[in-house]
Amino acid sequence: MSMIEVPTSGKVLNTDELGSSLKASSGKKFGRKARLTFYNKTFKVICIVSSLFVCVILFSILFLMGRTGVLTFETVSIKEFFFSTDWVPENDQYGAFIFIFGTFALTLLTMLISVPLSVVIAVFLAEMTPSWLKTMLRPVLDLLVGIPSVVYGFLGMTVLIPMLRTLTGTNMGDGILAAAIVLTIMVLPTISRIIDDSIVAVPKKFRDASYALGSTRFQTITRVVIPAAKSGIMYAVILGMARAIGETMAVVMVIGNTPQLANALFKPTSVLTSNIVMQIANVPFDSTWNYALYMMGFILLVISLIMIVVVRMIQGKGVKL
Amino acid sequence: MSSDTTKSTALPSSPFSSRRGLSHFNNRLFTGVVWIIGVCTVVFICSLLFLILQKGLPKLDFGFLVGLPSEIDEGGGVGPVLFNSFYVLFISLLISIPLGMAAGIYLAEFAPANKFIAFIRICVEGLASVPSIIFGLFGIALFVEQLDIGLTIIGGAVSLAFLNLPVLTRVTEEAIRAVPQEMKQASFGLGATHLQTIRRVMIPVALNMIITGICLTAGRAFGESAVIILTAGVSSSGVMWDFNPLSPGATLAVHLWYVQSEAIVPDAKLIAEKAAAVLVFVVLLINIVFRVPLWLNARRTR
Repeated sequence: MSMIEVPTSGKVLNTDELGSSLKASSGKKFGRKARLTFYNKTFKVICIVSSLFVCVILFSILFLMGRTGVLTFETVSIKEFFFSTDWVPENDQYGAFIFIFGTFALTLLTMLISVPLSVVIAVFLAEMTPSWLKTMLRPVLDLLVGIPSVVYGFLGMTVLIPMLRTLTGTNMGDGILAAAIVLTIMVLPTISRIIDDSIVAVPKKFRDASYALGSTRFQTITRVVIPAAKSGIMYAVILGMARAIGETMAVVMVIGNTPQLANALFKPTSVLTSNIVMQIANVPFDSTWNYALYMMGFILLVISLIMIVVVRMIQGKGVKL
Repeated sequence: MSSDTTKSTALPSSPFSSRRGLSHFNNRLFTGVVWIIGVCTVVFICSLLFLILQKGLPKLDFGFLVGLPSEIDEGGGVGPVLFNSFYVLFISLLISIPLGMAAGIYLAEFAPANKFIAFIRICVEGLASVPSIIFGLFGIALFVEQLDIGLTIIGGAVSLAFLNLPVLTRVTEEAIRAVPQEMKQASFGLGATHLQTIRRVMIPVALNMIITGICLTAGRAFGESAVIILTAGVSSSGVMWDFNPLSPGATLAVHLWYVQSEAIVPDAKLIAEKAAAVLVFVVLLINIVFRVPLWLNARRTR
């Protein structure tokens, strides 16, 4: 690659006059070039190994989770694990339906609240605010993404639940609604910033054309801008869903952690993540209980990987547009 | 913009006037609703953060930051857990930054466009979407079960590093890709090797984006709790400046959860408030302190 001529005899040339970088090669022929080639090759190999390492981690996680999880089915039938609502590990009853249902119900409820809200916030950010407010709000939202989930859980526990209790007049505050509100606050900055970016990316000529046809801003946004930004919105929604499904600590602190079916908004329940984190510390590794918890983790893993595949498909479509 | 269009079409006897009035009304309503919801939500979320800082920060003192936590008596501090937070963060970044950057550089610079590389990219994205608790379970299976070292700082830090790795890889790849091709070609034209080009040209130019990404990752890792609970436990060794990587390593985020939901100390609420304030403060600090100089620099050079 480098075509530098290296002086071969030291006595003709005074080494002090040469560039200091060439000093090292005063003895051997093409020593510097060989060294550089060696560095280049080593660097490339290190880079390849590192990127393979990422794959190795993903597959060892998949393998370890799957292998440990599958051991559940030695003592528990697949049907019982997925469809039974009896989670009483003390009596060897391992029905995970409550948690799977809880996770889906919680994610759905979170998305029902957060998607419309974040579309509105994104429209507000991208189309309506004056530019000084934009330059102020965007970094603030970016900072909010980084706030630790345990802090949101703490807020939910100390501010939201007492608030819900006085609102409903009962002493029940824990449950799926409280968890969904906390999750909404958590995923809102993420989703709305991605939607904001995709709305900004809609070409200006679309808007100009719409205004030229005499439509109002409302009509332009709802019929032109949002449909044009659809793939970005889908992408944001799925990322938000992935975050909501996998979120642990914020949920643990407000959901009540009781294995009962989440058929009411204010009823202590449990989801996959919260159940794993509350119980894993107390069980021996070689027990069906532990295997069942790993199986629940494996379900989470598979769900999140499926979401990534869906995201890839959406992005693939977005490029063609 | 909308006012311009309505002015120019304002004919008094337009056959569409009633309809236009309606859509005009809709437009006003929509604008109003969006403004109200937007302002309310942003104010609401910001006031939550302000609430945390305002509740905890005034009560902070140095004794709390370096004091030992206590299980029974009042007045416990967060010294060891705060130290563990930084220690775990440091070790995890020490592992994940070189690996993540090398992988990112490979994907951006060396990788040929074939199916295998597409597969690696899917792996990186897949790993980035894996919920944090799965890394915790993986850490248990790896460190507690296979290596049998129990709940340790090093176990937590390595699991955390795995969590950070895909994010850093993607950030580096995007940053390196964003470097203009002309710079790379100029460097090659001067006879630099690929490694020299990457070291002296690509990374310095991309550094702004890379550091922003590292800050985001560090902030996330500092506040991460699910992984740490599973792999490093909920207790600390109870002494200050414990550099032994094999001692239990509860971090501040874990301590906040533990104090709020499990501990029996009488002043648990106060400790939790102060710990939450410290946590938010440090995360904001990591995000702001490292990024403001870069941000100023970017404005000056624009």
